[in-house]
Amino acid sequence: MSFFIEVVAGGLLAGVMYSLVALGFVLIYKASGVFNFAQGSLVFFAALTFVSLTERGWNLWLALGVTLLAMVVVGILIERTVLRPLVNQPPITLLMATIGLTFVLEGASQLMWGSQPHGLELGIPDVPIEWLSQQWNINISQFDLFAAFVAGLLVAVLALFFQKTRIGRALRAVADDHQAALAVGIPLQHIWAIVWAVAGFVALVAGVMWGVRNGVQYALTFTALKALPVLILGGFESIAGAIVGGLIIGAGEKLAEVYLGPFVGGGIESWFAYVIALLFLLVRPEGLFGEKIIDRV
Amino acid sequence: MLYREAGQFKSTYAADQQLFPILQDRIAVLALLVVAFVVVPLIGNQYWFSAIITPFLVLSLAALGLNILTGYAGQLSLGTAAFMAVGAFMAYNAMLRVPHMPILGAFAIGGLCAAAVGIVFGLPSLRIKGLYLAVATLAAQFFVLWAINRIGWISNYSSSGVITAQRMEIFGYPIEHSRDKYLLTLLIVAVMALAAKNLMRSETGRSFMAIRDMDVAASVIGIPMMKTKLLAFAISSFYCGVAGALYAYCYLGTVEPEAFTLDLSFRVLFMIIIGGVGSILGSFLGAAFITLFPIFLNFISGWMEALLRVEMSHAVVSNAEAMIFGGLIIFFLIVEPNGLARLWQIAKEKLRLWPFPH
Repeated sequence: MSFFIEVVAGGLLAGVMYSLVALGFVLIYKASGVFNFAQGSLVFFAALTFVSLTERGWNLWLALGVTLLAMVVVGILIERTVLRPLVNQPPITLLMATIGLTFVLEGASQLMWGSQPHGLELGIPDVPIEWLSQQWNINISQFDLFAAFVAGLLVAVLALFFQKTRIGRALRAVADDHQAALAVGIPLQHIWAIVWAVAGFVALVAGVMWGVRNGVQYALTFTALKALPVLILGGFESIAGAIVGGLIIGAGEKLAEVYLGPFVGGGIESWFAYVIALLFLLVRPEGLFGEKIIDRV
Repeated sequence: MLYREAGQFKSTYAADQQLFPILQDRIAVLALLVVAFVVVPLIGNQYWFSAIITPFLVLSLAALGLNILTGYAGQLSLGTAAFMAVGAFMAYNAMLRVPHMPILGAFAIGGLCAAAVGIVFGLPSLRIKGLYLAVATLAAQFFVLWAINRIGWISNYSSSGVITAQRMEIFGYPIEHSRDKYLLTLLIVAVMALAAKNLMRSETGRSFMAIRDMDVAASVIGIPMMKTKLLAFAISSFYCGVAGALYAYCYLGTVEPEAFTLDLSFRVLFMIIIGGVGSILGSFLGAAFITLFPIFLNFISGWMEALLRVEMSHAVVSNAEAMIFGGLIIFFLIVEPNGLARLWQIAKEKLRLWPFPH
């Protein structure tokens, strides 16, 4: 039993990491209807910039601040140069543009900082929590718990930002209806720039967390692929969906790996998440928390 | 002056409905085919055949397949490379396990297997649409590669799933030289492109387009949703499967499953976006652009090094190339979101009026 709990808890905590990446997708999709495939590259870019700065002997917080600034600038630049000229194009064109963006971002970050892998340390050890393993014989990593806490904090901050601030309310208005938002005088393009900046911030958080976990290397860009099943499961428009979806995918994936993997030869984590998401989608085609699709002729 | 349909009267329905109704188009297509079948084999060399033209043709076929699904039937797919992988590995198995298997038969079997897999992964399209479907097709991408890596039978228990294409032979004539491989590829691609062009203006193609434009309206006027969508997946996957088999047999020779990663799917998707969504010609133009551009960039960087007398490290060059490639794709999407095929159409309109534009 304790093994089962350990697997589920480990899965849930891994799922939180997926949610962190998925959050960035959701923010941009909600506000501008762009499926931002470049989120994974943004994560990579942020993590690489941060780790390179710290390795050059910068103070941790200073490096964090500078990286955040860089992410905001990158976000605004992307909105200016890529998405503004593509307004009103079909979603597939926008998707392709963001895939093109991944090439640019990955090339730029490796050109700037080199392509060798880095380790990242935040001072939180990746070891099991002692009293849990002694008392209940359950191994849960201290760092995973910290990551979950950060994710929770991030969601809380985002929720506050969206609910309480003026900009947040404008963001929600834009997400609901672009034209109505324009009509009441919300500057659409400022809002999009802000959303991209916020997505850059989320990418930084996700990048640092994933960087500590797996090291900062090119493979970090694949985190986006990990986040995709989470997205279709939770629904593209829902922050809550990104969290719940991440938890379901994380737990399901771990359980399948442990209990199903040995029968089919292992390595199923590359596609099993998609199977879970597809099963959910067959029941609810718009994801768990996505906006209901109404067909009109 | 030269290119206009004025004066070309059609006196029969057959003449009115032919594939290329304008005389100049017919001449141009014929000339192109003559060049491709006769002139190119005479003047081309090994490098051109094996590194440029053959991959271009193979990827055009894959792009054509994806264009049938995405451009005509409106179902976004990111799993193209997986269907190509199915085609390649199943053609290999057909050659391996069936005695005296003709090579074209093996390609067809590869395509049919890909079509079957396509139908299975097309099933979610009955429930989910748009970007959700696109992400769902990623399942095909990851599952198929996993299966090929795990199930030893598919790659005949070779280490890490690498297969080597068998010797090809048509009616006793061995196909070994890169020129012969080019001609075989060209023949298959030309026939399949013609078939696609015709199919898309038949009832099937029209029902695909109806579903693309508005699926609810299409089902209201009596187009069977399930049959048509799955048919689109099947035809598209068949094309991709044959392309995959050609990729293995005529281009690479030795293939590992990792040749068919998501990267390849994206490249094929880029081809149809840059070439033109919903256009047969666009598939070819896009494939030409995407295959030729990296080669061109390589040349440029070589010249730059010689010109500036600086030694650039390989990593720098490849990163810079990636950046330019991505940037150019974005630039293309911004200036011509409808792709190269649209440019060609505009050119045709202009030509029609030239030299008196009023």
